[in-house]
Amino acid sequence: MKKQMTDFRVVAREDYLPNFFVLTLQGGEPLDEVRPGQFVEVAVPDCREVMLRRPISVHDVDVEAGTLSLLVQVVGRGTERLSQVAVGSTLNVIWSLGRGFSVAGERVLLVGGGTGVAPLLYLAKCYAARGVRPTLLLGGRTSGLIPTLSRYEPWGRLCVATDDGSLGERGLVTEHSCFAEPYDHICACGPTPMMKAVARSARQRGIDCEVSLENMMACGLGACLCCVAATDEGHKCVCREGPVFDIKHLNQWMNE
Amino acid sequence: MEHISNEPSLQVRVASMTLRNPVMTASGTFGYGEEYADFVDLGHLGGIVVKGTTGSRREGNAYPRMAETPSGMLNAVGLQNVGVEAFCSEVYDRIKHFDTNVVVNVSGSTLEEYCQVAARIDALSAIPAIELNISCPNVKQGGMTFGTRPEMAAEVVAAVRSVFSRTLIVKLTPNVTNVVEIAQAVEEAGADSVSLINTLLGMAIDVERRRPMLSTITGGLSGPCVKPVAVRMVWQVAHAVKIPVIGLGGISTAADALEFLMAGARAVQVGTANFVDPTVSVRIVDGLADYCRRHHIADINDIVGIV
Ligand SMILES: Cc1cc2nc3c(=O)[nH]c(=O)nc-3n(C[C@H](O)[C@H](O)[C@H](O)COP(=O)(O)OP(=O)(O)OC[C@H]3O[C@@H](n4cnc5c(N)ncnc54)[C@H](O)[C@@H]3O)c2cc1C
Ligand SMILES: Cc1cc2nc3c(=O)[nH]c(=O)nc-3n(C[C@H](O)[C@H](O)[C@H](O)COP(=O)(O)O)c2cc1C
Ligand code: FES
Repeated sequence: MKKQMTDFRVVAREDYLPNFFVLTLQGGEPLDEVRPGQFVEVAVPDCREVMLRRPISVHDVDVEAGTLSLLVQVVGRGTERLSQVAVGSTLNVIWSLGRGFSVAGERVLLVGGGTGVAPLLYLAKCYAARGVRPTLLLGGRTSGLIPTLSRYEPWGRLCVATDDGSLGERGLVTEHSCFAEPYDHICACGPTPMMKAVARSARQRGIDCEVSLENMMACGLGACLCCVAATDEGHKCVCREGPVFDIKHLNQWMNE
Repeated sequence: MEHISNEPSLQVRVASMTLRNPVMTASGTFGYGEEYADFVDLGHLGGIVVKGTTGSRREGNAYPRMAETPSGMLNAVGLQNVGVEAFCSEVYDRIKHFDTNVVVNVSGSTLEEYCQVAARIDALSAIPAIELNISCPNVKQGGMTFGTRPEMAAEVVAAVRSVFSRTLIVKLTPNVTNVVEIAQAVEEAGADSVSLINTLLGMAIDVERRRPMLSTITGGLSGPCVKPVAVRMVWQVAHAVKIPVIGLGGISTAADALEFLMAGARAVQVGTANFVDPTVSVRIVDGLADYCRRHHIADINDIVGIV
């Protein structure tokens, strides 16, 4: 798919405490080729401290309405500024980038932690379009750190794990009762230790597994080689050859 | 009837290489050009300088390799590339038809490696020039050490000169006390042109985690923050050598490019700015034409070195 740079209009902004927000963007371009797991590079407007674009996953796509949503957590200067953009203003976005999820398998588990839940919504919808109802296992330190839960409900069996037990089962996602059930495909996105734990377990159980890596990026286009992950075949650009990788190529990464 | 003025001429020459306009893209920031194909018509650029190419494949440094800093960034890529053989057998066929000057940035750790790579590239007739990178701060040996001592710089340039027949550009590091003496040494040794600046050695610390931001601790600083340093060095060098100078460092607008031209650069390269706006190189070309029209400049060469 051709990469594009487009001025999108912010048509909605929803805030989720403590520090998450969802931006819904409309750009007048057809979005039917956007794949789940792909990301966009957002130019942070009017912010002198931030020069480079910020990579953000595709959270949701409504092909008919022509809207693209991003779920963002405020962690620093750029995301802070993005949390303040007004409805009606424009955001310059390069889209859609990278290799997304394969949407393969019949008994599917989607695991997300923190903002790693972001790409799983559109992914679950794409599974639904194939007639597959995945198990959605979302985790966080506490219930407030799993934003927008209700959006996921229609698209799979929703399971929740929190470190403090404030919602769902207490403990890590890999300790959740649904995690041990038989699956033929697992997709994971979230903090690196979580993804590694999920990937190691999948490898051990012989289940196909994809993980979405979030390395720091400069160009997002495969040109600068700043975002590399150490795969079994050497350094690969997360922005172009990922962000989604089959764990078959990540043995070294899993073992680290 | 009023006479319609001609379009300004933007064409420049760098030794035996003719550029349709002075705007090139900088090595390591534009991949092999293909990465930007959806955004830039390469036929609108003066040239592109592709990734640093070494004697054999290099994996580069460990992640993290990048940190954003005020108006700039640090990188520590460490010359990750496929190596000259794979460049010749795979990459070259894909990029040789590009409608622009495709310049190969030649890097290495030893004099022999520089010569080996340059000699292989000499056999590729669609490559009009090489840019000898004696200024990379991100590799342990070689790289910048060649570029910080006039005798060593002269030695490597003379050796490469004897194996490369077309335009030989030598890329200089700003991490020296006296850039002029290095420029004069490489001119003397047979360079056809010098380009400057490569990145400035820098460092950033993550105070929350109490550790350096880069896996290599230090890295190369680029982007708008380096521009005044680069303009100063280009101005100094342009006054001290006869060969054409290519200016770069922090260019992100046509006005930035004009500063370099006025300081004495015959052509410019755009680097980090490509990450922010992938179309920026073409916008700078348009901006230069616009400037010439507004100021009634018929030939862009007329403003080179006017300051
Ligand atoms: C492919 C990809 C998809 C992503 N999807 C989302 C998403 O859907 N929602 C979301 O909220 N975030 C996502 N991120 C992470 C997001 O890009 C960073 O949080 C953001 O760039 C931070 O910018 P900042 O200016 O706010 O932070 P800065 O001020 O630059 O940094 C603040 C802190 O954030 C950390 N940080 C900076 N960049 C990254 C990064 N790329 N990954 C992890 N930590 C980082 C820094 O180490 C620092 O500790 C994604 C990253 C990638 C690579
Ligand atoms: C990510 C990155 C990779 C680079 N790789 C190379 C390289 O391989 N060879 C080289 O000569 N310069 C390399 N450079 C330096 C640039 O070509 C340029 O000299 C420098 O970034 C200053 O220009 P700028 O401020 O416009 O980016 C690299 C710069 C960056 C940011
Ligand atoms: S961010 Fe530049 S290559 Fe991936």
